[in-house]
Amino acid sequence: MANVLVFAETRGGELRKVALEAVTAAQVLAAQSGGGDVHVVLAGAEGIASKADSLAMHGADTVLLLENAGFTQYNPEALAATIAVRLKGGDYGFALFSATAQGRDLSPRVAAKLGVGLVPDLTGFRVENGAVVGEHPQNNGKVVATLSLSGNPAILQVRPAAFQPAPHPKSTVVEALVAAVDPMASRVKVVELKQGSGDKIDLNDAPVIVAGGRGLKAAENFKLCEDLADAFGNAAVGATRAVTDEGWRPHTDQIGQTGRNVSPNLYIAVGISGAIQHLAGMRTSKTIVAINKDKDAPIFKIADYGIVGDVFEVMPALTAAVKAAKAQG
Amino acid sequence: MKIAVCIKRVPVMEVKFAITADGSRVDETGLKYDVNDFDLWAIEAGLQLKEKNNNVGEVVAISLGPDAAQETIRKALAMGADRGILLKADSASGDGLSIARALAAELKDGGYDLVLMGRIAIDSMNQMTGPMVAELLDLPCVTNVFRLEITGNTGRAERALEGASEVVEFPLPALLTIDDGLNKERLPSLKGIMAAKKKPLDVKPAQLGEAQVKVTNMALPPERAAGRILGDSSAAVPELVKLLQTEAKVL
Repeated sequence: MANVLVFAETRGGELRKVALEAVTAAQVLAAQSGGGDVHVVLAGAEGIASKADSLAMHGADTVLLLENAGFTQYNPEALAATIAVRLKGGDYGFALFSATAQGRDLSPRVAAKLGVGLVPDLTGFRVENGAVVGEHPQNNGKVVATLSLSGNPAILQVRPAAFQPAPHPKSTVVEALVAAVDPMASRVKVVELKQGSGDKIDLNDAPVIVAGGRGLKAAENFKLCEDLADAFGNAAVGATRAVTDEGWRPHTDQIGQTGRNVSPNLYIAVGISGAIQHLAGMRTSKTIVAINKDKDAPIFKIADYGIVGDVFEVMPALTAAVKAAKAQG
Repeated sequence: MKIAVCIKRVPVMEVKFAITADGSRVDETGLKYDVNDFDLWAIEAGLQLKEKNNNVGEVVAISLGPDAAQETIRKALAMGADRGILLKADSASGDGLSIARALAAELKDGGYDLVLMGRIAIDSMNQMTGPMVAELLDLPCVTNVFRLEITGNTGRAERALEGASEVVEFPLPALLTIDDGLNKERLPSLKGIMAAKKKPLDVKPAQLGEAQVKVTNMALPPERAAGRILGDSSAAVPELVKLLQTEAKVL
């Protein structure tokens, strides 16, 4: 039996969907290792405590609350120090993070502080003889390595969307966690969070992604993608490297080898040829739709459904049809 | 300004990978190698910072890998780095912490103002070496940097999140991991390639220590089944929507 410590990722004072995925994954991990407790670190400015309910609903036995103005923005130095001290002092078999920009920044710091190993970006895992054994995509996702780590604790990251948040209500204890170092004294300071445009869902949280490529021909034509995303209501807009290089979309929207890995339920590739660098970032999407006028485009080799046609003709019709389908409920 | 750039020799990805018969590792037969993309942008960042500093200072390219990684270092030298260090390791361990410890041991007394490396190595996809090295050396660390300004002893960087970004301030010395979008790497000139042959390249054993993360199996991912082409115009949209509702159940 081993307790699991999870870091609940927030952005701008809100829990991210990956936080609930991580709590669900931790719940699975605790059950597999003989029924330990799930302890969730929740950090933020005053008011962040209101997010504890949502963690309780997904299986947190204890919420370790780090409520302090010094955690208004992501504060890697103070978080790593505090989490490391907690792991050292408690009975933890595992510490679990999301394989996101934040989790992949924070968890290596914790591992190095403790001198323990870290298994990154797992798409699945199980516990065997006390060790966590899991699958990690390598070489651009063209190879899958099975990694094993037994540690004290073993630190692992789970890939966004590898686990879906599942309700698992518990009567949760909220315990105040004391920062191990003064969070105001961190050398590295996040001075500004630049959210994407307005209330847009981010690429990891969105169950649907509409991604555009060079076939859209100009920045303004991304309106076709935005309109379709709006029709879905729960969609984010992504782009290929060619597009972010052109400056048509911000760099942070890039999906692929040099951008983000995503695996939404539905990925709609619009005017994307499907270079392997792009496929590397989205090939694990559950359902892939491709719209491209070139019938030989590699994207059609991995798409579940394809339309070999003009994106400017197909997209408005698809947007209208999705709107109609949504309206029917 | 003294800058260390940590770089990695990785396979060129435009191939079909194969796994050895015992399922323990990637079959290297026929693979070609080059500098990890993200590390090229780290080299470029280092060279640009030195140039802005009136070429005062030094850019040192450090790689941990087999003997063949000397080629990787020579490429950095051809781009303009001043000297190279190979931390020689024959086994292809994927254990992030042991790699970070070996790099930290080399960097520790180097007197570097900045340590740069790519955000991720595209072969191991570990994406942990930078913050681990920073922690071991107690250096301020910013990952995923795609905008960077250094003024005197302080820096301001923008780091990429998923669909958002953070503006971060930090003091030097520091360790930064470089993301796509910061720059475009220069191509080595003929003159640079010639000059690189004469630049110092120190080879020493990597102090790796014992790996904690073990690779128990390597496999190829399941192939995606080929999909269906539904048509060549918006006439196919009704069928697509129906399939998304009834078959894929995503709408």
